[in-house]
Amino acid sequence: MSLLEVRGLCKRFGGLQAVGNVCFSVQQGHIKALIGPNGAGKTTLFNLLSGVIPPDSGSVQFDGADIQGMQPFQIAEKGISRTFQHIRLFTHMTALENIMIGRHIHSRAGFLAGMLNLPWSGKEQKIVRQRALEIMSFLGIADHAGTDATSLAYGQQRVLELGRALACEPKLLLLDEPAAGLNMRETAEMAKLISKIRDTGVTVLIVEHDMSLVMNISDEIVVLSYGEKIADGTPLAVQKDPEVIKVYLGEEEC
Amino acid sequence: MLRSRFAPLLAFVVLIVCVQLLAVAADKPQYLTQLTMTGYYSLVIIGLCMLIGYAGQISIGHAGFFAIGGYVSAFLATYNLMPHKEKAFTGILSKTGLLVQAQDLYGADILVFHPWAACIAAVAVTMLIAYVIGGPILKLKGHYLAMATLGFGTIIYKIVLGTSLFGAADGLSDIPGFRILPGLEVSGKSSLRIHNYYIAWGIVVLGMLLLSNLINSRVGRALRSIHSAEDAANAMGINTARYKLNIFVLSAVFAALGGVFLTHYNGGIGPSEASIMKSVRYVAIVAIGGMANLWGALSMGLILNFMSLRGYFGSYDDAVFGIILIIIMLFAPEGLLRRELLQWPKKLFSSKAEEKKA
Repeated sequence: MSLLEVRGLCKRFGGLQAVGNVCFSVQQGHIKALIGPNGAGKTTLFNLLSGVIPPDSGSVQFDGADIQGMQPFQIAEKGISRTFQHIRLFTHMTALENIMIGRHIHSRAGFLAGMLNLPWSGKEQKIVRQRALEIMSFLGIADHAGTDATSLAYGQQRVLELGRALACEPKLLLLDEPAAGLNMRETAEMAKLISKIRDTGVTVLIVEHDMSLVMNISDEIVVLSYGEKIADGTPLAVQKDPEVIKVYLGEEEC
Repeated sequence: MLRSRFAPLLAFVVLIVCVQLLAVAADKPQYLTQLTMTGYYSLVIIGLCMLIGYAGQISIGHAGFFAIGGYVSAFLATYNLMPHKEKAFTGILSKTGLLVQAQDLYGADILVFHPWAACIAAVAVTMLIAYVIGGPILKLKGHYLAMATLGFGTIIYKIVLGTSLFGAADGLSDIPGFRILPGLEVSGKSSLRIHNYYIAWGIVVLGMLLLSNLINSRVGRALRSIHSAEDAANAMGINTARYKLNIFVLSAVFAALGGVFLTHYNGGIGPSEASIMKSVRYVAIVAIGGMANLWGALSMGLILNFMSLRGYFGSYDDAVFGIILIIIMLFAPEGLLRRELLQWPKKLFSSKAEEKKA
């Protein structure tokens, strides 16, 4: 069963066709990777899926409902959460508080309940904190709960951002270059974490440049070039695809 | 957890009592008058601190909301409905108990709105205006938002200055006292000076309790996340537009309540309360208080407003606050009284050390 179904998605910035008529689907419980050379439209596609920018045309079906053109917070409520290529943690807040914000859609205390500190909102707060701590230990960063998020090591910040997205309990997790800037050991750990997350039943769509990571953990790969899909299949099939070899290595060396 | 949240409030209450006892012991009861006024201005400050410091949305128009609160309640509490006594709507109003009979300065009978009715109407009008203008202008960011709120403040100033119903340049006066509850009356009578000091600061303590609860709640975290990374907050499922609007309205209500109470306390309100320099003053105090630091803003507001009301700054009053704002923006754009401040000298030295190495 496909969880995400992208059909004929297009986005144009002035004269540039950033994403042109892209179609693909993501199966429930799979890790699907989105690769392509720089400027292929991967991040634009992510921004379209998460509602940061609206598509010019095409449709995105998620869990049986059309979500194209929705606001990011509505898409998050539907069950898609994401991380960012350039880490976007909340500054002046502890690592734990960052994860607690990820629990926003699973709690409901509003302005009045917050100001009056009503008993039920206090209880809710405790549950949120407890759940956030559980997520931190799942990711192995529980020791840093009280640390200011931005004073964590870079690799830990990547993991924290992953945890924040995970705290939303998404059905689909969009990871935008989760291994960017990580060393080999950290990349291997990140790969393990992503597989571990998939094993809990979360579907993952990942944009990544690190081929060792992509080839190791993905069930399927979509290759984009100049905003268009040129291949879609298992890692083995994609690696052998002449079109993919051409865009990655150049025509001469084929 | 509980102790840490209530400890500063408790210390604050003790401070309030000490200041009162000290003022009386030093035979300077007149200080309590300015301290009472400072209390009402503090309501504006702490509300604005939530908006600027925590949610990261600037407003240079909050004197406008203060004035809306003050003027609406002053107008309703003094506008004589006696000539319209026979009309149907006046009859309905007086049957519902919203109107009260009183006497004006010359002893003639007048029929005006009860201060409670006037206060609620003032808050309702403020909320309505804040929602209507907040919707579109909170889509703006940074200095565009600053300019838009500045424009709003200017409009309110010009309206109160140019409307004869609001007393034009003279403002409104002879505002009756506001009996909040039996035995609790906001008024400028010197016999009620200590009484009023405690009412004012009691309201501030209540406001601080509500807002510090809010900061530590789910909403508080959402607001701080909007300040820090609005797009990421939105991606976490936070309806950023609605949260920004709600905190804007909440801070406007705090400003309006400050206006309502101060107007009843002073017995009048003038257009200077709506002036841009008042708005600049509020922003300057929030900035010097450390932006996202409710207690810092409150304490700086207490000190600076009191000094200003006592006339320490003489005719340079507005200039002092303007200069404070400039200095803060130049040297500490994230605010002066911050936790990070303590680490600042360290950083200074460490960066120098690195330079030397290089």
